[in-house]
Amino acid sequence: MSTSWRVVAFVGAVAAIAVGVMFAVVALVREPPTVNFAQGHQSGRAVDVTLQTVGSYGSNPHPTWVSYLVESPGGAWVHTTYWQVPAHTRVNVTIVNYDSGSPLRNQQAGLVTGTLGGATLNGKQFRLIDSNAGNGVGHTFSIPTLGLNVPLYGNSSNATLCAAAPCTEKSPHEVIQFSFMSPGPGQYPWQCFVPCGLGFLYGNGGPMQTIGYMDGFMKVVA
Amino acid sequence: MSGGATASPPPAGDDPPADAAPRHWWRLIAIWVVLSAILDPLFYVFVGPHVPPGRMTNVAGGAQFDFNVLFVIALPVILGVWIFMGYAIVIWRASRGGPDPIGGAAARGNMPIQVGWILTTTVIVLFLAGFGTYELVQPGGSGGGEGPSPVWTPASNTVLPIQVIAQQWKFTYRYPTYGGFETTDLVIPDHTAIAFHVTSLDVTHSFWAYQLGVKADANPAIDNVAFTTPEQLGTFTVRCSELCGLWHGAMYNTGTVVTPARFEQWAISAQHHLAANTSLLPPFSYTYVPDANGADGAYYPDNVDPYSKTQTYGANPATPTASG
Repeated sequence: MSTSWRVVAFVGAVAAIAVGVMFAVVALVREPPTVNFAQGHQSGRAVDVTLQTVGSYGSNPHPTWVSYLVESPGGAWVHTTYWQVPAHTRVNVTIVNYDSGSPLRNQQAGLVTGTLGGATLNGKQFRLIDSNAGNGVGHTFSIPTLGLNVPLYGNSSNATLCAAAPCTEKSPHEVIQFSFMSPGPGQYPWQCFVPCGLGFLYGNGGPMQTIGYMDGFMKVVA
Repeated sequence: MSGGATASPPPAGDDPPADAAPRHWWRLIAIWVVLSAILDPLFYVFVGPHVPPGRMTNVAGGAQFDFNVLFVIALPVILGVWIFMGYAIVIWRASRGGPDPIGGAAARGNMPIQVGWILTTTVIVLFLAGFGTYELVQPGGSGGGEGPSPVWTPASNTVLPIQVIAQQWKFTYRYPTYGGFETTDLVIPDHTAIAFHVTSLDVTHSFWAYQLGVKADANPAIDNVAFTTPEQLGTFTVRCSELCGLWHGAMYNTGTVVTPARFEQWAISAQHHLAANTSLLPPFSYTYVPDANGADGAYYPDNVDPYSKTQTYGANPATPTASG
């Protein structure tokens, strides 16, 4: 092989590696989409946010992973855990839980905290769920930096549960509703405190460590 | 250090004038003594009180004192090196067109200065090793986690135990002498010896209450005990200082030091307010055993006897009443 061909081959190999690295970096840092509830918001009015939790997302790249989804203002379900709300605004949250429940690792998370007036489960007020009783707790919605925690009562594991998102209300579900005041502008991590990453050590791997599944950011804008 | 460099720099091949060397030497010492005598007290008086981690607790104050002692000792050493370097650059630099300054008998070494330097630095290092070791164990282990059987304990025979439970990604706190309620709020009483019993429900975390001068690893199934005694009212920050997963950086909260009376009021109120959830918690235990199977894994007592009403440590097994 002549020297010129060796140079061409070398440059080509370097370019291919560079492109591969670039794609890998882009794939790693790519963020899930953000559902924007702040756009067009009228000052003084509350914002309504609707989420759903599913036991298995049902699609690639991780069809078996448990996940949250967010309903956009247009009514479409978006597979993301990024959503944006205006600052210092009442946020009314509705979470439709399609997953089963279990005892909490730490029953302390069975307590409703940080909301405006507790929470409701299928329209009935509650402040505490005994995760060792009934269907247990499926997930929690928690923003630790705001002291916000709401346990989500689980569905019976004997029922035929929704296995692919987005789920519809034809499947067994529990509806949890609560409100809180959004803080000042910033990005606030939120998460589930049930170690629901089945198949991972202590249940804390996989979806529990991946933004877009059981962790996300509430983005608060002025 | 070359002893020859402290003497008058001789022109190549020439011996220095006999009366030049002592003048340089005494001049260097004089500059060093004066600057050290000025800067050391200035540092101690004006900077020392602001050195982290502050004086919120006895162990934080101890850490601040240690840092100040280290700096006050280190400053003259730094000054000695810098003064010599600056003096050499200014006084003994080669003049343009002049003779080569390297060479001569005085450049080959100066045994008294070499021995003196080695002896001085050895004494300083050994002293600091002894001082540091002593300071590490007092007061009460200097705020570090001492494992489940602490050797260095507070002088007070009345200690308020507070359990720190870490999990991905938050800290919660149990107060065994107040019915074992568990909360995300860390409130502690002023002028009361506190025993933090740090453990984890999943991976390794680290409980770092910076202003309290407390830092203890949180390991699953391990009771890691750290002591401190607050001496100032105010707020402090708790952070996880062990990389523990996705939201490690968000694993922090703010604690409060309040008066003993205010603490008692808060604790009794929280005990009452959280009673329903406390009845659902496992009995208080030094550590808990989470189920490794994930979502089905509640946490369970490790069958260690739960606390009595109070917990005492050290050589004063008096019968204390609950602190606060």
